[in-house]
Amino acid sequence: MNVLTKTLGFSVLLILTFAGVTYVLPQMEGAAPEEIELDVSELTMASFVAMGEQLYHGKGACALCHNDLGRAPDLLSFDVTSVSLERLADPRYQGDADDAETYLRESMVRPSIFVVAGFGTKGSNDALSPMPAVDKPPAKLSELAIDSIIAYLQDKDGNPVTVSLPVEATESEDDDVAAAPAPAQSAEAVLAKYACSACHSILASVSTLGPGLKDIAKRQDADQIRNSIINPGAVVADGYFVAMPEFPNMTVGELEMIVEFLAMQTGEES
Amino acid sequence: MAFIALCGAGLLSPALAQAPQAEQLNILVETVDSADEVSAALLPAPTPQRSDYPNIGASSRNIVWIIAQMHLFFGALVLAVPIFVLVIEIIGFKTADDRYDDMAHEFMKVSLTAYAITALFGGTLALSLFLLYPDLMAYLMRAFGSQVLVYAGLFFLESMLLYIYYYGWNALRYGNRKWVHLTLGLLLNAVGTTLLVVANSWTTFMMAPSGVDPATGAIIGNIWEVMKGPLWNPLNLHRFIANVAFGGAVVGAYAAFKFLSAKTPEEKAHYDWMGYSSNFISILAFLPLPFAGYWLTAEIYAYSQQMGILAMGGILAWLFVVQAVLICTILLAGNYYLWTGMARSEGSERYRWAIKYIATVLILGFLVWVTPHNVIYTASETIRLGGGKHPVLGPLGIMPAKNIAVFLMLICTFLSFQLYRRADKVITVSWQEWGNALLVCIYIVAIVNIFFAGIYYGYFTNTVYKVGSSVIQVMSTVVVIVSGVIIDTLMFRGAKQLQVTWGKIADRSQYALFALPITFTWLMALMGYVRSSVRTHWHVYTVMPDNSPDNFIPTMQTVGNMVTLVTFLFLAFLLFIFWIANLSGTRQLPLSAGRSSAIAEHAT
Repeated sequence: MNVLTKTLGFSVLLILTFAGVTYVLPQMEGAAPEEIELDVSELTMASFVAMGEQLYHGKGACALCHNDLGRAPDLLSFDVTSVSLERLADPRYQGDADDAETYLRESMVRPSIFVVAGFGTKGSNDALSPMPAVDKPPAKLSELAIDSIIAYLQDKDGNPVTVSLPVEATESEDDDVAAAPAPAQSAEAVLAKYACSACHSILASVSTLGPGLKDIAKRQDADQIRNSIINPGAVVADGYFVAMPEFPNMTVGELEMIVEFLAMQTGEES
Repeated sequence: MAFIALCGAGLLSPALAQAPQAEQLNILVETVDSADEVSAALLPAPTPQRSDYPNIGASSRNIVWIIAQMHLFFGALVLAVPIFVLVIEIIGFKTADDRYDDMAHEFMKVSLTAYAITALFGGTLALSLFLLYPDLMAYLMRAFGSQVLVYAGLFFLESMLLYIYYYGWNALRYGNRKWVHLTLGLLLNAVGTTLLVVANSWTTFMMAPSGVDPATGAIIGNIWEVMKGPLWNPLNLHRFIANVAFGGAVVGAYAAFKFLSAKTPEEKAHYDWMGYSSNFISILAFLPLPFAGYWLTAEIYAYSQQMGILAMGGILAWLFVVQAVLICTILLAGNYYLWTGMARSEGSERYRWAIKYIATVLILGFLVWVTPHNVIYTASETIRLGGGKHPVLGPLGIMPAKNIAVFLMLICTFLSFQLYRRADKVITVSWQEWGNALLVCIYIVAIVNIFFAGIYYGYFTNTVYKVGSSVIQVMSTVVVIVSGVIIDTLMFRGAKQLQVTWGKIADRSQYALFALPITFTWLMALMGYVRSSVRTHWHVYTVMPDNSPDNFIPTMQTVGNMVTLVTFLFLAFLLFIFWIANLSGTRQLPLSAGRSSAIAEHAT
């Protein structure tokens, strides 16, 4: 073997080894927020709170810092409403809020008004917050979106939601919350609507990204299938990653249709 | 015109060069002639819709990704090589050793061929950007204005200096003429570095825009305010150092290829020495690179915590596992080359015992570094594990453990280098025992410090202190390197020089010299992608959104495929450059010699 062949072979092998490492990592995409039309006239308090939860974990990127890694107070680990009232009573507090709702709103749009001890920008002696104002880029949340996050933070601890539902007829909302389209009318339509075949082999489609569903009934009963759809991360088939999204807009009718359909998939031709 | 007027006003008036306040904007408004000019001057950043992006039937991002990366690879090479070539030339001049001069000239030969390819990719990149991202380019042109013409002018100057420097090498070789040549080299590097920092300002403006109205993206600062964003200098330093490491590695591969192809002991000796010098340059530049990277990351965090966390703790964080593999490969290859290189001197027998311990630390460090914080487990695995994180390995997944591993690996690499340098010497100074004892003490204190800072601040304090602990570790490592070099330099005074046989090294060692540029190339492409991706769906962060079909962060596999593709392309072009560089030293024998198609190597 000549020098060129040997050195080239070595180099190619090394390059492919590095490429191989990326194949064993979890595969996920980071989608950009989409501009969608939101019909606020159909919002209920429950869907408003759900929208706040999605924004908290999605476009608002709150969970990026507010988690258990100590970068910012972990808002999901304590009662946000009662802690907000404690903060208002703190002698260091110099803001304008007078209740939990206004405190939370103020914290989001003017984060440096009150910085929790130990969480300020390095060198600022807790006078400056590293948190960006959420109504400015990059998050650039609307008032409606901010209200929905406050509603979520109040609701998650069982406190009464004091934020009022929006009353405008229709508002363009730049967020991650998908408007609910019309419910699907058949199991096949549900499969198409939620793009199940993109990852799972089912009916005529073939895909190996997720476990095949053509014989799912041999492995799971209807309750297990239902649970897997409602909470995709609860049980993950060996050899697969948690890549399946949740379907917050799936109606109960759609869920039952698809569960009933999958519970009959034994892999045998009918 | 209005923008140029605005820049001009800002440059002429110190008052206008300050942060753009509302009253200053009013002053600016008064300085321009008409209402149209006012509105043009304060034109907001464009917000193109999806339909505004030209569709040529392929992913625009991928096209620009490939071309930009190729331009960056070659740009890095042609800017870096003259830096260390000048240093080698100065050494040759001071020592009156022609070998240094010849080696520097040969390095430049590789760089010269790469220069034309750099320019070709640069031109293609500009055309691609204007074609595929017209709104972004219109905005950037508005932001940087006539600065881009200054860049073009510098490019002309760089070309002229480069050609004179290379082709004038032998004409300006000795005496006072050598000073002229060295001055040309200095000018070449000054212009090259200026080109680098000018181009960097475009990149950092997109990541952390300055001189703009944050609400609208309107350009309200002068060109200096637009350029000197918070990330500019950290990126300048990081790229400057990384380019030298990369350039050293590439010419090292050239030397390795020539070594393996060499027919005579003289050739082997020459290219062995050239390979060693290249590796020395590359690893020496690589050692401070993590510190420059730390500064850049710290500034990213300071500018936008969200941006920093996205890179280090969000979706992009997984790529740092790949980075760990790459950097460990570089360290292992660099160390392996030094260990095998010890065979050149009989004196190395005194230090061979240490290699197995250094290797053990490097491998343990590698294992800690690649341990992820958490892995997505199946339900049955989670139950068997007793939670989402492994009880023993889990704590190794966070940064403090990785920092300990990284700094110990850097210290070990320096130790390998130190032992290599001592291998061909017998130290004769009377205080050598005290000197060695001092060195050992410095190593011990630094290692204890690194462990203490990592464990105490990393696991027993909150996040603010965790980040701060890195500074202690950086300083400990720097103290080892700096004091090691100083103490060794003093101890080598009057040392007995042992025989070094250049060319006496195993062929397998040369593959380490191939591993270095391959890994550097992959690493540059990967980390460049991470740096660029932290902007997420923004062309210019927070002021100009990216609404193109490619405005999402792709999967790790996709990133791996793209990086692999550009690395293959670079390798192919590199082979072409090596072939061209070799071709210039080849001369066909006259046909009358009886070999109608014979080609013979002709020493130049």
